[in-house]
Amino acid sequence: MSLVEPIRVVSLPGRSGLAGRLLRRPSAVAGLALLGAIVGMAAGADVLYPADPLDMVGTPFLWPGADPDFPLGTDMLGRDIAAGIFHGARMSLLIGAVATLVSLLIGVGVGAVAGFFGGRTDHALMHVTELFQTIPPFLFAIVIVAVLQPNVVTVVLAIGLTSWPSLARLVRAEVLRLRDGEMVQASIAIGLSDARIILAHVLPNVLAPIVVSASIMVASAILTESSLAFLGLGDPNIVSWGSMVGSGREVLRTDWYVATVPGLAIVAAVLALNLLGDGLNDALDPRQNRR
Amino acid sequence: MTTRGKTGRRLRFWTGRIVHMALVVFGIAVVNFFLLHLAPGDAAQVLAGEAGSATPEYLAALRRQFGLDQPLPVQFVRYVGHLLTLDLGFSFRHGLPVSDLIAQRLPATLLLMAASIGFAVVAGSALGAVAARHAGRLADTLISTLALLFYATPVFWIGLVLVVIFSVGLDWLPVGGMTSVEAGYAGWDHVRDVARHLVLPAATLGLFYLAIYTRLMRAATLEVTTQDFVRTAVAKGLTARRIAVRHVLRNALLPVVTMLGVQVGSILGGAVLVETIFAWPGLGRLAFEALFQRDLNLLLGILLCSSAVVVVVNLAVDLLYTVLDPRIELAR
Repeated sequence: MSLVEPIRVVSLPGRSGLAGRLLRRPSAVAGLALLGAIVGMAAGADVLYPADPLDMVGTPFLWPGADPDFPLGTDMLGRDIAAGIFHGARMSLLIGAVATLVSLLIGVGVGAVAGFFGGRTDHALMHVTELFQTIPPFLFAIVIVAVLQPNVVTVVLAIGLTSWPSLARLVRAEVLRLRDGEMVQASIAIGLSDARIILAHVLPNVLAPIVVSASIMVASAILTESSLAFLGLGDPNIVSWGSMVGSGREVLRTDWYVATVPGLAIVAAVLALNLLGDGLNDALDPRQNRR
Repeated sequence: MTTRGKTGRRLRFWTGRIVHMALVVFGIAVVNFFLLHLAPGDAAQVLAGEAGSATPEYLAALRRQFGLDQPLPVQFVRYVGHLLTLDLGFSFRHGLPVSDLIAQRLPATLLLMAASIGFAVVAGSALGAVAARHAGRLADTLISTLALLFYATPVFWIGLVLVVIFSVGLDWLPVGGMTSVEAGYAGWDHVRDVARHLVLPAATLGLFYLAIYTRLMRAATLEVTTQDFVRTAVAKGLTARRIAVRHVLRNALLPVVTMLGVQVGSILGGAVLVETIFAWPGLGRLAFEALFQRDLNLLLGILLCSSAVVVVVNLAVDLLYTVLDPRIELAR
């Protein structure tokens, strides 16, 4: 579920320039601040809530604000919802980041090879990409996790394996554009190996759109992970925002806060990454700065 | 352009499409076969639903029938052979062939998809157009913020919140299901009943895409407005309304239609969540049931069938292009 908008970027501008341009955009600043807060929650989870968040620590069904010890209340088993949110932040970010890494490896690899070598290689790889684009990604992820048994590794693999095609297309298009350019032609002329040309000369020039996609991909990976967990396809030994919403569903009629509070955490994390992605997109594309 | 050239191109388009569809279905069959063999236990147990309900004799018969004692390539050829005859196997949990189950459930999912896409496209395009007309002002900020929020909100959470508000709190709409079984409505009453049940699931599934279409339509409208032909239209004195509908909207719709083709697969995925929450008797709900009964064969059948839906919708999108923009011709 990613919205990768067409990105027209030539190269990464200087670091200070990028940071400056990013910080001039209020939405990007809001995204960064929100993301910073969530990263802080993930980092502080063990200090603030050293106990296992799956432990039953209080009276069940304490509404948020009813007991100062449990600011966000407790669920039907007496588990501290705040502790779950903090530890869940760690899992969501970790799974989102690693799944995106898997997806980046496949997507950038396929896109770069297809774009650089062209011809039959391109043809074959694009057929595979199209196949993966045709299979509904979330359903595909469900099947992969169901077949392999749910745990952190299979969830990461399932998300990574189903989210790379649009990135592969993006990278391929950028590489195609660069391939016939003077820089690559010169590299071929001085006898550099294909691998060296791709890694040292082509990919660094496609970095900007990849960075933008990556931040949006982490957001959608977090959404997918929470959706899988909501359906019960998460690691049963790990607290996840999605599984918290899923278990709260049983008491929706009476104690709706159990399901809704963790959902707000998901919204915050995904919103932060989307805002950051939008901000990066604008900041990295000098031509859009006029708007 | 001669008629013959046009017919030839059409023919090439359709043969190309059919070959492409065959390749895709074949590819999915490969993926499915691979997954089937990746599952713990042997494929006969998977096919029998790991239910423990299958007798050893039955398992032996299955192994023979599917040739599981044969080498893998032979097994694969047989598997594809079964698929070609639309034989997706048998679901022991449901006591029905998988293809029958899917055929039963597909219409409900298609109805849900059509309703939510219709809602998302119509409302999203309208909101996007309004935002573009008031770009930079309060209406734009409000709409854009709302779109940003919907885009970041998990589908299942929206569903639960809508249930809490409209079913539990206000008691306006049913919590789930597709019909009020006990009422036994017929005719128009039945249609109205289904429509009432459809509102919440369609809104839940549609809000995420509404956000996408709002953003897309806003950008597309802003882009089209600066084009020369719109200036020409203004110069020749057309009314603002006519320009908006005939010139701006029609051209801005192209990216919306493109997005539709890209999004079908993800909508089908979202349907699993929505149908699970609202007990909507479609493919997604069937997938969820199959998941919990560990009926992997049924799950793989649903995956195959959903992919086929994606292929067909994309074909429809290609055809729709030529209607929206006559300059676009069918090509491979």
